[in-house]
Amino acid sequence: MKKSRLLVAAVTAGGVLAALVGCSPSSGGGGGGGGTVEHATNCTNKLVVKSAPTVTVWAWYPNMAKVVDNFNNAHKDVQACWRNAGAGGPEYDKFQTAVSANKGAPDVVMLEADHLTNFEIQNALVDISKYGANKVKGNFSAGAWKDVSSGSAVYAAPIDGGPMGMIYRTDIFKKYGITTPPKTWDEYAADAAKVKAAGGPAFGDLGANVPAAMMALEIQKGAQPFVYDYSAKPKDISIKLDDQGSKDVLNYWADLSKKGLVGKQDQFTTDYISGVVNGKYATYISAAWAPGYLTGAGVGKGQDKGKFATAPLPQWDPANPVSVNWGGSALAVTTQASDKALATKVALGLYADPASLADGWKTQTIFPLNQNVLKSSEFINAKIDFFGGQTANKDVYVPAENAYKGFTYPPFTVYYYAQLQNQLTAINAGKIDGAGAATALQAQIVKYAKSQGFNVK
Amino acid sequence: MTQIAAAVGTDDRTVRSTRIARRRSPSQRRASRRQALIGWAFILPFAIVFAVFLIAPLAYAFYLSLFTKGLATGTQFSFFGNYVQAFTDPAFLKGLWFVVRFVVVLIPVQMAVSLAAALVLDAITTRFARFARLTIFLPYAVPAVIGALMWGFLYSPIFGPTQQLASLVGANAPVLLGPDTIFGSLVNVVTWQWAGYYMIIIYAALQGVDSTIYEAARIDGANAWQLAFRIKVPMVANSLVLILVFALIGTLQFFSEPQILRPIANGTITPDFTPNIYAYSVAFSYAQFNYASAISFALGFVVFLFVFVFLFATRKRGSVFA
Repeated sequence: MKKSRLLVAAVTAGGVLAALVGCSPSSGGGGGGGGTVEHATNCTNKLVVKSAPTVTVWAWYPNMAKVVDNFNNAHKDVQACWRNAGAGGPEYDKFQTAVSANKGAPDVVMLEADHLTNFEIQNALVDISKYGANKVKGNFSAGAWKDVSSGSAVYAAPIDGGPMGMIYRTDIFKKYGITTPPKTWDEYAADAAKVKAAGGPAFGDLGANVPAAMMALEIQKGAQPFVYDYSAKPKDISIKLDDQGSKDVLNYWADLSKKGLVGKQDQFTTDYISGVVNGKYATYISAAWAPGYLTGAGVGKGQDKGKFATAPLPQWDPANPVSVNWGGSALAVTTQASDKALATKVALGLYADPASLADGWKTQTIFPLNQNVLKSSEFINAKIDFFGGQTANKDVYVPAENAYKGFTYPPFTVYYYAQLQNQLTAINAGKIDGAGAATALQAQIVKYAKSQGFNVK
Repeated sequence: MTQIAAAVGTDDRTVRSTRIARRRSPSQRRASRRQALIGWAFILPFAIVFAVFLIAPLAYAFYLSLFTKGLATGTQFSFFGNYVQAFTDPAFLKGLWFVVRFVVVLIPVQMAVSLAAALVLDAITTRFARFARLTIFLPYAVPAVIGALMWGFLYSPIFGPTQQLASLVGANAPVLLGPDTIFGSLVNVVTWQWAGYYMIIIYAALQGVDSTIYEAARIDGANAWQLAFRIKVPMVANSLVLILVFALIGTLQFFSEPQILRPIANGTITPDFTPNIYAYSVAFSYAQFNYASAISFALGFVVFLFVFVFLFATRKRGSVFA
């Protein structure tokens, strides 16, 4: 009896110790072992050259396993150790926590262009122009390069772009007699009314949870929401969210939403995808990466195979078309990387080899920003299966990308998007009109910026 | 309860008298000191875990909450500035107002459901009762996250069963996670999740009641209703108070269910929906750990206030912590 009790006590004590040890930071775990370049463990991929120093990477490209293998097979002096820390928001939250804690961040992190400034101002990203980033500048368009730079500083290697277009269902257009896709937003609204009058489905969708898309659409009408230059004046920002352009665009969508011409469904949800598959939306105002996402979610495979096509984004003024961007991503080097030159080498080389790029664009996982691909005739003339063999790159996305001039993002994107999302939800609920939402948003964001210590102009 | 207290009292006296007796011999004193050390050794594992995972994080969070950090400014000591900001922050107050309303509606519903189930199960003694008890308890065994995901599917107006039911009569499925319906939908989820657990607590208390009391009541001519409401409910009042305190603390800190339903609620569940969700968003999305700590402590203060006021109000009957 006594012996067995002792045994139990010993086992319990051992268990507690093990639990405590398990929690110590030395075991790495979710941290990804930032800073310990030589001893990175817990990679999702297999390291090819085990003796080489490793660089930890967080990224969520669906074909990342192949991309990492391509890189590691081609490099003897450095190996990428990849982990998927979540797509978008979840990864930003983890990265943000690691930045705040000053530990636990990877050496290289995948970020969307609109989130770079947010981390630049927290001194979380390295200016990689010091480590030779400008050598690859020629591979990218001016707009793409502007999105990852601040003045002469460069904070990430551009990988993926999001030139916007209008994806539409050919079967719905045909059924309701729309012979040519709308070229202007006025035509878009008129067609929407026509389909609705004939008892058809919603023409599009005002998803409150895609504020980045709404910001792009506002910029298309001439809005310039933020003027900010981190490298020159990190404390000065100009905020203009209630200009006429923004009000017009928000009013336009509020009107469509109120009349029931577009859906009010959040996007990237099962409900939305189910609606897309079942033909509940005639169009999807989205970016070049959308087909890859939709295919991955199961769209265009069964009953709705070959029913999608794409057209250029409708314009406000067809004489002066404006090209805008939604999403797109880049690889940044974090200040927690112990060997920043080596990390830069990985960031610049990881998704830059022909095999990875080809795999990326052929599966529509990415819309490559690398000009070597953008200008290749194979890419331009590719017949995209999702769009029933349409040469979508040539028709829509390459011209859109070439005309894209770059945006300026605020240093508090997450907060701004959350507030814009609240306003879009209120618009969908019929509680506020577009102009009212713009005014409220301006007041909120200015107040927040001031509370964060910015000089607001 | 009084019996136990009396027993503890006697114990205490005995211990004291033995101590006095032991004071006489030095060797015995050494032995008692050794015993005390063994006692400490036994609580040491718990004390370490308690200190490392509760006291230390709380102290650190409180320390953080006394500073302010802006994106464009450095960290500054601001004393209770964050608390002043929290109690004047419309987002925090809005969330607080929501959970307070939620408490007022949810707790009576939850109590009524669990009490009714426990009384019915206590009254019937067939094999069905055992099965029913298990079934009612089952939702509590489902992890809160899985439960919320499940309800997300059930509520879906596009592919959930509500859509199929609605299409039978040719109507559109109701939007159960919209701005006007979210409150009731969440009350439903939480009641489903917790009523079974509370039922078991009440049921266990009922089982502990001496059956001769029922017999006496029946001889005095009490019917089943009178037995339930005049005898059983007063006998389990202590458990009811306990449940109320549990529910109060849990509901004021409402987080998991709305957080899980957030991606499918079409923006109805905002980043400031409840104080805990707000604290989470402020910390992990907006990178304001200092302010988030202050919000958490402010919420803790409100919870403490509620529980204190409640226990004070029920002090005559309740003896949960007395």
